[in-house]
Amino acid sequence: MLSRTASNLFWMGRHLERAETAARLLDVGQRITLLPNTEAGYQNEWNSLLQASGTSALFAQKYGEISQENIEEFIFFDRDNPASVASCLEKAREAGRIVRTALTSQVWDALNVSYQELRRIERQPRSKLDTAGLTDFTTGHTSTVRGAINATQLRNDGWHFMNLGYGLERADATARLLDVKYFVLLPRIEFVGSGLDTYQWQVILRALSAHRAYHWAYGGDITAGQVADFLILNGESPRSLITSLYEAVWHLDGLVRRYGDGVPTSARDKAREVLTGLQARQIDMIFDEGLHEFLSWFINELGTVSNLVHQDYLHGGA
Amino acid sequence: MSCYNEMFEGDHVREPYARLREWVETMPDDFRQMKQAEAEALFRRIGITFAVYGEGGDPDRLIPFDMMPRVFEQAEWRRLERGIKQRARALNAFLRDVYGRGEIIRAGRIPARLVYQNDAYEKAVVGFVPPRGVYSHIIGIDLVRTAKDEFYVLEDNCRTPSGVSYMLENREIMMRMFPQLFRQNRIEPVDQYPDLLRRTLESVAPAKCTDRPTCVILTPGHYNSAYYEHSFLANLMGVELVEGQDLFVDGEFVYMRTTTGPKRVDVIYRRIDDTFLDPLCFRPDSMLGIPGLMDVYRSGGVSICSAPGAGVADDKAIYTFVPEMVRFYLGEEPILNNVQTWTLWKDDDYRYVMEHLGELVVKEVHGSGGYGMLVGPKSTKEEIEAFRAKIQANPSNYIAQPTLALSTCPTFVEEGIAPRHVDLRPYCLCGDRIELVPGGLTRVALREGSLVVNSSQGGGVKDTWVLSE
Repeated sequence: MLSRTASNLFWMGRHLERAETAARLLDVGQRITLLPNTEAGYQNEWNSLLQASGTSALFAQKYGEISQENIEEFIFFDRDNPASVASCLEKAREAGRIVRTALTSQVWDALNVSYQELRRIERQPRSKLDTAGLTDFTTGHTSTVRGAINATQLRNDGWHFMNLGYGLERADATARLLDVKYFVLLPRIEFVGSGLDTYQWQVILRALSAHRAYHWAYGGDITAGQVADFLILNGESPRSLITSLYEAVWHLDGLVRRYGDGVPTSARDKAREVLTGLQARQIDMIFDEGLHEFLSWFINELGTVSNLVHQDYLHGGA
Repeated sequence: MSCYNEMFEGDHVREPYARLREWVETMPDDFRQMKQAEAEALFRRIGITFAVYGEGGDPDRLIPFDMMPRVFEQAEWRRLERGIKQRARALNAFLRDVYGRGEIIRAGRIPARLVYQNDAYEKAVVGFVPPRGVYSHIIGIDLVRTAKDEFYVLEDNCRTPSGVSYMLENREIMMRMFPQLFRQNRIEPVDQYPDLLRRTLESVAPAKCTDRPTCVILTPGHYNSAYYEHSFLANLMGVELVEGQDLFVDGEFVYMRTTTGPKRVDVIYRRIDDTFLDPLCFRPDSMLGIPGLMDVYRSGGVSICSAPGAGVADDKAIYTFVPEMVRFYLGEEPILNNVQTWTLWKDDDYRYVMEHLGELVVKEVHGSGGYGMLVGPKSTKEEIEAFRAKIQANPSNYIAQPTLALSTCPTFVEEGIAPRHVDLRPYCLCGDRIELVPGGLTRVALREGSLVVNSSQGGGVKDTWVLSE
């Protein structure tokens, strides 16, 4: 497979997942602002969320004032925001268009339809749109693409690259969302375990479409330890760090098997090492270590794996 | 101006259109609208769009599709086929000759200046003969019809003719929407084209290639207006679609960068211009080319289709000499007519054209896409005078032709069905054999009375049928 093709498939997967993350972020923010008593009012929460996605400076520069409309515009529609839903869907479709020959017609169809729909929504007056609808639009279409990939793509190297992109991006997104929760959202340490704390956890679970799953898995009350366990170490939870990374490793293993000895395996080796590190941890150990410190380590390691993927496969050995 | 309507012979409907006539006349209005919307949705979903250079606006514009097919009967097609293949052989013989001994010039049949001082003449390949002596592997010949048995060649496209994806997709969509039409009419298939193209490319593999050749399509990238076609063909042929950045030269060969390291490439079907092939040979500022490619090409390490320099055969100035080529190289009389052409760098021609601007079509020698041309009978006095000034400023940049009474085909319009002018571009493949699939791209001028069929100027496309016996 052409290195450029592999690279586009990899980034197509990443951008689709990133579009979904942006939509979920919008959903989290929206729900948190519905909460009555926070210290600095809702503006503060939005700002925290923007910080988490690394776009708060851009927002301040372009819009200044935080309002529901501005935020929606920025996170969903704004092409100047590289992490907006529209930007990500456009980039994913662009990548797909470049590698049309590596996609089944069903996958291209799903990808193209989501983009055409996006353009239709963009033409509607903003007052006719609501946040929940935009989130549903995004998760609905990204799921359709995902489904088409799983149902119709050959299980070849291209499939591995797409899913590798998905896996790494998903692990990264969950880690960042968790980091926002503890490091940014909760104003002071004495709020840990308070009603506000619990409510925020609920919101995070909802944003990950995971709050029902959480109840199935743990039953009973929402506690910080259990939610963190669910989102970091639970192998049944579809968006947990361990599941996402496990899948990334699985796809890297697939590439190594397919390509044989002639091709370097440093990305796979590194990913395995991180996975082993996760498997060796208990949730208590993570809290002792400090959640933020743990997540920073994890996000950093993911970055390394992603760079190694580029090094091993995407430069074409020339 | 009276035109030949391809559906009628006097008052009655011609045989090939008989069943279609019934189909059209019994079609309810709402059904037609529904099908038209369905076709448009299909085109948009599969992503066939084209971008118009320099017009801005929607980069994903759809080319209008007309559901009424254009039909040829077997005998008509046979004659066309012979004429097209004959022309393709002559054009390749001409290229072999002008990059070799130049016999046709020595014989005084074509002025040396028109060939050797032509911008498209590539000095870098003089004396090099590509595999099987083929320079132009895909030749698109633009034809118009003026009477039942009268066809004219408007121009030859020897470099990288586009549009073949429309030929294939138009058929695909017609078969999907109207399967009963295909059961009622026996229509020759065209979907073998991608396989024939791949076989053609494989048949011109370079001398140094000993295994089964690896072919690729080289595209300028996804911003190119024909990118859809490039990826569509690569997909159907089962070959990689590469950009310049994917290829590199190492020693005697060209390689592509893959996830498992470098892989050798033997045949490049390029959809980029000569000047962007190799910055070391042509344009040092080109970002698109592959440095060193031409050296590998000249030493038989890779084949390039069409061969660099093939463009000299489809220049509008050379065009007037193609019938002469047929006689000179093949010893045959040309089957297809050339349109009478006045070349404005000749004094007599210049005088004639300036006196008859209102009756003629005047084109830029290097223009394409229907831009920079004057259709005399369709223009106002002011437009003609404005164009006159442009010609006076640089006469040698123009040629003129009589305004042909282009044939019409019935076409779906707002009010139902009406005749519209059409042309035809078949695609001739030249490798170890010369092949032509029975069909081509029919373009239709959708505006009433218009003679300009270019998609950038309100033209649409139709499925083109050749009935089997």
